[in-house]
Amino acid sequence: MYQYTDDDQTLIEERVAQFRGQTRRFLDGELGGEEFKALRLMNGLYIQTHAPMLRVAVPYGLLSSRQLRKLAEVAREYDKGYCHFTTRQNVQYNWPELARVPDLLAELATVQMHAIQTSGNCLRNTTSDHLAGVSTDEIEDPRPYCEIIRQWTTLHPEFAFLPRKFKIAVSGSERDRAAVQLHDIGLYLVKNHSGETGFRVLAGGGLGRTPIIGQTVKPFLEIKYLLSYLEAILRVYNLHGRRDNKYKARIKILVKETGLEKFTAMVEDEWLRTRDGMLLDDERVAAMKAQFTPPAYDLHAADAPLAGLEDAGFARWFKYNTVEHRVAGYRVVFLSLKAPDSPPGDITAGQLDAVADLADQYSFGEIRSSHRQNLVMADVRQADLFTLWRKLDAIGLATANIGLATDMICCPGLDFCSLANAGSIGVAREINEALDDIDYLHDIGDLKINMSGCMNGCAHQSVGHIGILGVDKNGEEWYQLTLGGSSDNEAALGERLGPAVAKNRITRTVTDILAVYLQLRLEDETFLQTVNRIGLEPFRERVYADHKK
Amino acid sequence: MQIIKNKQLLAGDNWSFAADDSEIGDSGDITVSIERWKAAKHALLQRAGKTGLRLRPADDVAVLDGDLDGVELIELDFSGFGDGRPFSQARLLRSRLAYQGEIRAVGNYLPDQVYYLIRVGVNAFRLENEAQIPLVLSCMDDFSVNYQASSI
Ligand code: SF4
Repeated sequence: MYQYTDDDQTLIEERVAQFRGQTRRFLDGELGGEEFKALRLMNGLYIQTHAPMLRVAVPYGLLSSRQLRKLAEVAREYDKGYCHFTTRQNVQYNWPELARVPDLLAELATVQMHAIQTSGNCLRNTTSDHLAGVSTDEIEDPRPYCEIIRQWTTLHPEFAFLPRKFKIAVSGSERDRAAVQLHDIGLYLVKNHSGETGFRVLAGGGLGRTPIIGQTVKPFLEIKYLLSYLEAILRVYNLHGRRDNKYKARIKILVKETGLEKFTAMVEDEWLRTRDGMLLDDERVAAMKAQFTPPAYDLHAADAPLAGLEDAGFARWFKYNTVEHRVAGYRVVFLSLKAPDSPPGDITAGQLDAVADLADQYSFGEIRSSHRQNLVMADVRQADLFTLWRKLDAIGLATANIGLATDMICCPGLDFCSLANAGSIGVAREINEALDDIDYLHDIGDLKINMSGCMNGCAHQSVGHIGILGVDKNGEEWYQLTLGGSSDNEAALGERLGPAVAKNRITRTVTDILAVYLQLRLEDETFLQTVNRIGLEPFRERVYADHKK
Repeated sequence: MQIIKNKQLLAGDNWSFAADDSEIGDSGDITVSIERWKAAKHALLQRAGKTGLRLRPADDVAVLDGDLDGVELIELDFSGFGDGRPFSQARLLRSRLAYQGEIRAVGNYLPDQVYYLIRVGVNAFRLENEAQIPLVLSCMDDFSVNYQASSI
């Protein structure tokens, strides 16, 4: 894991001091509301329904046990004893007090954490694969490049006031687990014909109001040109992105309105003029790679057998909540933050502390956050799994539902977010209760339900296998459904099922959809495959049957 | 109105902006739009006073390539602090057009932006609110470390 240099540390401390000054000027009336809004957003601070909401950066989803303990401490001292993991691998606090936020940030800075550029119209946190470095299908570990990009984007002087937010994702494996095609810039590490590693560069993807899948602007970019190419795209966007309408200001609209060919030509023209002046040299890349070397794996891990599978609960957890590791004798473990009785992504301070201890004991002191709002222990010996399961179960983090229907992603919705049209946490709970039967849940299998409380789509509903979007109908909460979305390699946007349904019908609608799937699926076919094969009509017939009568 | 240049408060400043339809006298240091500069360059340069440009955020600085001889000041006019185009304009003026004269931020920018502006090549600031001078000067040193190269 990357360790800060003195300069890195100085920078985040100076950022805290800067923000402290800005907050003081605002509280003293020297800084206007509009101005402070722009400045605080760039430091992750929103003013929400109940209190400010602070989003803390977790660069590419990587955390140390020390950082987890600090998150727990902050949750206790500055919040109500819990925090929330987002779909962008970050952490949110829902109840900090504005005047104390600078102190909170100073606390985080002591463990190399910050809230820099976690919101606002600027370069956001770079996200990546939660299985980076341990998956079996990896071409190259994306994290060194993520860190290089993190540094380059941090306080970039030219691109701090973009038309709109800007998100970059990097994937280094064959299977895309980072939703790369749905980012303003997406980077896939690939090999060319002569076996050299480089990037396939995509631009113009994005979710939100007008979801669009990114398009390739450069099929193969040499590593040394990474930063010059990013700069070229950003400069074209900064100068030409629309600033007249915030709903048309993302780069996806620029790419669409300009046309891919012309947009690419503008980027290339810019890039050819600058690329030789800002080469990423081999030494820098090598030094960064050295920060992400594999931990000291137990070479005999495979000799110690996996025990406990005769326990049905453990066997189920093993099947759904662990995946293959590239090192024999190790497994990757998912900690589900989707227990039936807690809001998706939420974790208490007590759980954070316990996870930190378990990470120290069983997974080299590291933890990752995933796009589906769960946590990951990446390096667990198979011989330790049974004990770890029991310990996770004791703290409520062993719900065996990773990748299943109850592993929903869900934004804070009406409960916390001032932009929401409809509640999402309550609906998630209701759906959860309806899917309570374990055999039924496992029979349904691989299913991604994503639910957002408004068009902003923070929970990426348009790429959910089942997407649920809260809409406002004459002051009432209604829900619009889409089916068939995906953020994997075959990225696709869900298709609208039909008219929105009322709040008291949403759970029934979801179970109806699942009933159609169970009835019409072919052997082994997943929900998504069935939808792609049979289309939406059979689902519509069932869901809207009552209306037709 | 006050000018801070190269982190120093200037004693005085005679620059003023001449709108496209205004009369221009022989004396006085004036900035003009790119359009006026393109149309009346020779007349402007024959005056006793100095000549500079005032750029709007939407102006394309590439049209000035090779056409900056005699320009002694370029003002970047911020229409609103959220519009980040002047940052790229400054960057391009310095690194691509190799402009070495004064680049001055005017209009609606924030003290909190001056650190970034200096890094992209702006070296002077016009302040409407004199009470902000100490704040602006201190904001120039908000950070002592950086991840990116500066202009120039
Ligand atoms: S999707 Fe809408 S309601 Fe949900 S968190 Fe985002 S802005 Fe708020």
